[in-house]
Amino acid sequence: MHTETIKEGIYWVGAIDWDVRNFHGYLTQQGTSYNAYLIIDEKITLVDTVKPDKFGQMIDRISRYVDPSRIDYVLSNHVEMDHSGGIPELMELIPQATVITSKAGEKGLRQHYKKEWNFRVVKSGDSIDIGKRTLSFVNTPMVHWPDSMVTYIPEEKILFSNDAFGQHLATSERFDDELGWSAVRKDAAKYYANIVLPFGKQVQKALSALSSMEIELIAPSHGLMWKSHIQKIMAEYQKWSNHEAPNRALIVYDSMWQSTEKIATALEKGLSESGIYTTLRNLKVNHISNIMPDVMESKLVLLGSPTLNNSILPTMGQFLTYLRGLKPQNKIGFAFGSYGWGGQAVKELVQTIEDLNWENPLEGVNIEYIPDTEELSATVDIGKSLAEILMKSN
Amino acid sequence: MAKYRCETCDYIYDPAEGDPDSGIDPGTSFEDLPDDWECPVCGVGKEDFVKEG
Repeated sequence: MHTETIKEGIYWVGAIDWDVRNFHGYLTQQGTSYNAYLIIDEKITLVDTVKPDKFGQMIDRISRYVDPSRIDYVLSNHVEMDHSGGIPELMELIPQATVITSKAGEKGLRQHYKKEWNFRVVKSGDSIDIGKRTLSFVNTPMVHWPDSMVTYIPEEKILFSNDAFGQHLATSERFDDELGWSAVRKDAAKYYANIVLPFGKQVQKALSALSSMEIELIAPSHGLMWKSHIQKIMAEYQKWSNHEAPNRALIVYDSMWQSTEKIATALEKGLSESGIYTTLRNLKVNHISNIMPDVMESKLVLLGSPTLNNSILPTMGQFLTYLRGLKPQNKIGFAFGSYGWGGQAVKELVQTIEDLNWENPLEGVNIEYIPDTEELSATVDIGKSLAEILMKSN
Repeated sequence: MAKYRCETCDYIYDPAEGDPDSGIDPGTSFEDLPDDWECPVCGVGKEDFVKEG
């Protein structure tokens, strides 16, 4: 049965955003949800809020369980406006309430909303008694903003993890087992690859802080709650944060007159014939945010662009900017392209590979105008050599 | 005295300025910061800082 009751006295009171398709540049083809949670205890507590325009949905849900004006504590685990955006309007209703947040959270909330609320700043190790239950806090800086923190209720074994373990997914289901592991994992991976990837070290610290907790439910701020697959998603976070990837190959490229595409196809042939699962992503038809999970889950990443105006194609430029920011580590790279004159693209691709500290074991392929049969056959062999290097790498 | 950069958020620790909000006086070298000192922007520890070239 569809339910928003998590446990007696604890309710999901967030908002579903069925329509959002672009979340600051991240394609959310399935929409998303902003998860707020209501805890009815001696002190009535709201864990996070929703995007400002979804305030009505949240208040409507809260009102099913309690008069919103009775809320005592508004807990802000993260300042970003998809979670704190409902606080200003809510505080109009409950000006006496206390806003509980981290030190950086207070600073961020003041800068965002310019309000003098009753702030209570908490840090790792602090806890607040709300009656039968205790809110216990762990700062998780840079997972994924400086202010980020998570809140644990030991009596219920619930972790309110905010953006950690989240997924952009608008569904009527609220729990992982209602949708199944592979579906939820896919969106959790996309979320990690696009949002959390640069912060592997900080995730490892957070995971180690969480390891001593007994957790029966992870309640993130987007998507479904983890109930049946907690160990599995924790193990995935361990791998992703440690930049471990399977021996798969990913070819990301764009082409002008199909020469670079022919090289991409020849490389794919060599890799596939050597038994390597290989994914081709043409930047003309694939959004960069959809490619990032493939990057995260491929040990070998091949980058291809023709030379245009003595540089790379703008689609590749956009992808490389995104890639450099998200800093995937522990990869083997390879650069390829075609050119009419100049031929600078491959050099730029190599520069990115080097700047990211990836291995770059083979000299790139850079072919003048149109690759002929011999060149393509040599390129297939390079694909095979890359397959060997990949298989020996672990 | 060398400046150090936070690898996580790019904050630069400049010994000439110190970190007065955390009680670190101007003129304190990075090496002399207490072990539990944290990046004032993002909260990571000293181990996540690298020397600026």
